[in-house]
Amino acid sequence: MRASINGALRGVPVWAVWLGGLVPLGLLVWDTMAGNLGIDPVRDIEFRLGRTALYFLIASLAVTPLLRIAGISFMKFRRALGLLCFTYAGLHVLAWAVMDMALLWGAMARDVVKRPYLVFGMAAFLMLLALALTSNNASIRRMGSASWRGLHKLAYVAAPLVTLHWIWALKTFPLEPVLWLGVILGLLALRVVVPRPLRWGAVRALR
Amino acid sequence: SWALTGKPSALSTDQAPNTLEEITNYNNFYEFGTGKTDPARNAGAMVTDPWSVEIDGLVDRPGRYGVDDLAPANALEERIYRLRCVEAWSMVIPWIGVPLAGILDRAGVQPGAKFVAFETLYRPEQMPGQNRPILDWPYREGLRLDEAMHPLTILATGLYGDVLPNQNGAPIRLVVPWKYGFKSIKSVVKITLTDRQPVATWQAMQPSEYGFYANVNPQVDHPRWSQATERRIGAGLFGGREETAMFNGYGDQVASLYAGMDLARDY
Repeated sequence: MRASINGALRGVPVWAVWLGGLVPLGLLVWDTMAGNLGIDPVRDIEFRLGRTALYFLIASLAVTPLLRIAGISFMKFRRALGLLCFTYAGLHVLAWAVMDMALLWGAMARDVVKRPYLVFGMAAFLMLLALALTSNNASIRRMGSASWRGLHKLAYVAAPLVTLHWIWALKTFPLEPVLWLGVILGLLALRVVVPRPLRWGAVRALR
Repeated sequence: SWALTGKPSALSTDQAPNTLEEITNYNNFYEFGTGKTDPARNAGAMVTDPWSVEIDGLVDRPGRYGVDDLAPANALEERIYRLRCVEAWSMVIPWIGVPLAGILDRAGVQPGAKFVAFETLYRPEQMPGQNRPILDWPYREGLRLDEAMHPLTILATGLYGDVLPNQNGAPIRLVVPWKYGFKSIKSVVKITLTDRQPVATWQAMQPSEYGFYANVNPQVDHPRWSQATERRIGAGLFGGREETAMFNGYGDQVASLYAGMDLARDY
């Protein structure tokens, strides 16, 4: 079973993940052009971009636990998942700056250092930016594997920050980002609890 | 629905109103859900006829009043007001209603009364949001008596030549245009004249973020976001932001109510 899933995954080209990952963007562009977005399209655009970025961030954090626990490897797609996350996060920030804040640079700068939801959001974005800029083989070679891995552990910080950004932006306590925060903390806990791949063969032999 | 007409008023803004579609599909009415489109989707179940508003407390003529008693057709005025939400967006809305002062005068405000308390309908079987502890139901708001008696303060029963849609607070709601939108309590069932400052739902829940006065004030930020500017609903993708005006632009009429007060403390 595991072998056949992994075999099938090996046959999937990375560009197919990119193609699928850009479908939410295509739908958003379509809905914008068709006027399907509702009364405040700016808010909807920001929200859908941010939400999709979070989904890809969680997906990229799930790759390692899934490999260790179930033996199923999405490792080949992890860079694409991370870069898709950054693509949506970048468009989210761009929509905020251009459409929501109308490029009022002074107001944006004051808000980013003062408002918790923007502090959380912008800190997460800068971390994701560092990860995106180093998501290439040349960076791994130049930095060395150990320090590259160290840098990319920033994803563990950025992901919870993104959910705090969502929670702090609303008037009442929202359930959905709290659930995603739980999922993220669960995935991070799994890395600690299951530090190396389970050896399924050995487990079977013990029975 | 029934057509309503209101006499034009000198207190109306000459700014262009938002469309009916915008006004009725972008609402904060947590009794029907926290999403902006939840009220339009869910408020149809609220039964607004029969309806009565109980007026009690420090009044000479307490009792239950029908919507037509409070806002008879021949007294209706059209008031085109700016609305500024505490979430930093705004609209312009052509309300139809009557000044609250006239209603309070007819009920006979007693000399000891200093505040007016308002309460929204509590009917969880028709208002699904009330089944969850999002807020401390029923929704409550309050005004100082002089704010309640101000000519700008109205009880609205209509919008754009028609009775109020449920999602906008049918059949009768408060409109106080110089305060953040949450002060303008919807679907009112109770008005109480009192000598002490009444409970206001948002203030009770998060007093550091929502004050009793809640006057629109670009200099006093919400702790989690700026109130200096606002986004006009309907302005399009690149409509930009507008500077928020003190008292939502009604300073000439209402600033004197707050003379000598520190509005950064009494926010």
